[in-house]
Amino acid sequence: MRTLRTAFGAITLSGVLALSGCGSPSTTQSTAPATAKAVTQAEIDKAMNTPTTLDFWAWVPDIQKEIDLFQQKYPNIKVNLINNAGATQQYVKLRAALKAGKGIPDVAQIGYDRIPSFTQTKSLLDLTPYGAAKLKPDFVESAWTQVEQNGGVWAIPQDSGPLGTLYRTDLFKKAGVEAPKTWADFATAAQAVKSKTGAYITNLPGNDMPQILGFFSQAGATPFSYDGKTTVSVNLDTEITQKVVGYWQDLIGKDLVSTDPDFTDEWYQGLSRGKYASWLTAAWGPTFLQGTAKNTSGKWAAAALPQWEAGQSISANWGGSSNAVMAASDNPIAAYMLAEFINHDPSSTLKLANEQFLFPTTKAILTDPKFTGQKSEFYGGQQVNQFFADVAGTVAQNQQWLPFMDYVNSSHDETLGKAISDHGDLKAALTAWQQQVVDYAKQQGFTVK
Amino acid sequence: MTAQLTRRRRSGVRAGQTRTAWLLVVPFLVVFAAFFIVPLAYSAYLSTFTSKLVGGEVFSGLANYARALEDPSFWSGLRRVALFLLVQVPIMLVASIFFALALDSGRVRGGKAVRLLIFVPYAVPSVVATLMWGYIYGADSGLITQLFHAVGLDAPNLLTADTVLGSTMNIVWWEFIGYNMIVLYAALRSIPESLYEAAEIDGAGQWRVAWSIKLPALRPTILLMVIFSIIGSFQLFNEPSLLFNIAPNAIGTDFTPNLYAYNLAFRSQDINYAAAIAFLLGLVIMIVSFVVQMAANRKERQA
Repeated sequence: MRTLRTAFGAITLSGVLALSGCGSPSTTQSTAPATAKAVTQAEIDKAMNTPTTLDFWAWVPDIQKEIDLFQQKYPNIKVNLINNAGATQQYVKLRAALKAGKGIPDVAQIGYDRIPSFTQTKSLLDLTPYGAAKLKPDFVESAWTQVEQNGGVWAIPQDSGPLGTLYRTDLFKKAGVEAPKTWADFATAAQAVKSKTGAYITNLPGNDMPQILGFFSQAGATPFSYDGKTTVSVNLDTEITQKVVGYWQDLIGKDLVSTDPDFTDEWYQGLSRGKYASWLTAAWGPTFLQGTAKNTSGKWAAAALPQWEAGQSISANWGGSSNAVMAASDNPIAAYMLAEFINHDPSSTLKLANEQFLFPTTKAILTDPKFTGQKSEFYGGQQVNQFFADVAGTVAQNQQWLPFMDYVNSSHDETLGKAISDHGDLKAALTAWQQQVVDYAKQQGFTVK
Repeated sequence: MTAQLTRRRRSGVRAGQTRTAWLLVVPFLVVFAAFFIVPLAYSAYLSTFTSKLVGGEVFSGLANYARALEDPSFWSGLRRVALFLLVQVPIMLVASIFFALALDSGRVRGGKAVRLLIFVPYAVPSVVATLMWGYIYGADSGLITQLFHAVGLDAPNLLTADTVLGSTMNIVWWEFIGYNMIVLYAALRSIPESLYEAAEIDGAGQWRVAWSIKLPALRPTILLMVIFSIIGSFQLFNEPSLLFNIAPNAIGTDFTPNLYAYNLAFRSQDINYAAAIAFLLGLVIMIVSFVVQMAANRKERQA
């Protein structure tokens, strides 16, 4: 600061606001063409033989590999990939394009949790007439329920994140504990791990809403719902969610669980230094960990998430995304075919799973030995893919989203997340979070049920 | 080429100063209007609408401004940058003046090298500086923590909600003391030698020279710096925005008003409200800068 180079920051912001392409402040939302009629094979053949260029926005690294497969099969279709580096950047750009009504891609990658926010603005094309509904039996149910809502199929599932436990076998052995079967065992093990090894049994970050929502889901809570129109319900503060945060409050209070923000430098170092004896993470976690904590190779193993009741096996989902066709696309058939091919064609989905390490959502790949049979040295020779493929079948199917998860997320960081990070009162913070989200929903014109 | 230009300018002066002056200013005015006046007016226009996810955008007059005046996030951000201004700026200016006077007195050995060393942090982009300090502050393995552990002490956590404002001040000191020092040093070099000679004849010592000649000569420069610092403090953005990635729970989305406006526009997609916040912030900056300038001018007249 302090100099001319930023002296006009507020002014620059105004400039950016103007340049971000908001158009005139009237609602110029692109609406879906009213094609309820099913598209015929002849129409598809015609579209796929017409030279067409599709714009595709994604943030998966090297997705060009799968696009190449598509272009080999359909040489008349040229796909123009724009890689937006990350989900956050992609949503900002996509919303700006939608507001401007210009530069909207044909196909875009969208996280499951953000699909309702794009259907709310009628920005996505219902893929049912294009044949998406018949794909349903090929996908695991927990993934499919994320894309089929309120009478439409809004995207094709790409990857998912069934939750499990990745733990340090050496630290657990030193502490004399096995991978905990229940949350009660987990709390007991936490004592042993701390006293015998000095490590925290795990880390609960204050900046990771999707993870804590996963824990809520596993416990049986459905904090959000949305009818696809103007009615939402917000149930963040319930007996079940209070039980979950109360559990963590206890462990944090006893200094058995650390509360470092995740995906930060300190946290990466914590993983490789053995500060945390486990990471409660999703199926995309194993590969991620391999890259982050190389020096701990061979010391990790995967186990199921601890359960609330002995004998249960319930998991939940953390993350995952899909490919949607934008309502504004001029080439909806070709766009749909691209979204379908990338996420359904076995040659493409196997590549996504084995080369880009996206955890698959098709039953074909989840049972394909070329995927499940891989043994990982990092995990002491365990078949981690097989393990998570089994977990995928136990994912609770209660997760729904509000059409404004951006706000819910930043509100979480300021209430519950802040309380986690400051070792404050988690239960009161949960109540505050609920209140903030309800207030926002009302202020935005939704009916809160 | 140069000769031709000079000739043309001379004939212009003769032909009529005003027309040529306007001609010369036009390119600037066009750019100024296109990239400053128009966006500004457009933002003002945007700020008079309210956008809702359900129901879209409707004209709402000054409703966004009324909402901002009751928004605790806006006020807490303003309070925070005001505190930043009151604590950070005086210390930074005193340090800059001290270094400039020390270097100007010629008593520092290796003065040129010292000058460069103090100035170098300013050449480091603030993004890099913040990332670098982020590593130094790191609670588990940061440099400061390691130093504390090396002497057997418990390290303070510099990235908690309570300490992060101080940590930010420190980064800004590091970045800008050198810059301010160089500007002050340049002002000191422009003081005529004759004044020093006169002082020497009068038998004034180094301290007396500093107090009675150098500091009064620095006055306009210091005032300029204060104004820049006020603007910079209220618009604090880069440092907290980057520290957010390192300490997401210590720095909220409303840590400073500028950061709040940014997050409203690009995370909450409430561009209309963000525009109102930006305008209010601009207004606050103008008022504070104006008051400071008036106060300084009055003092000067009294002096």
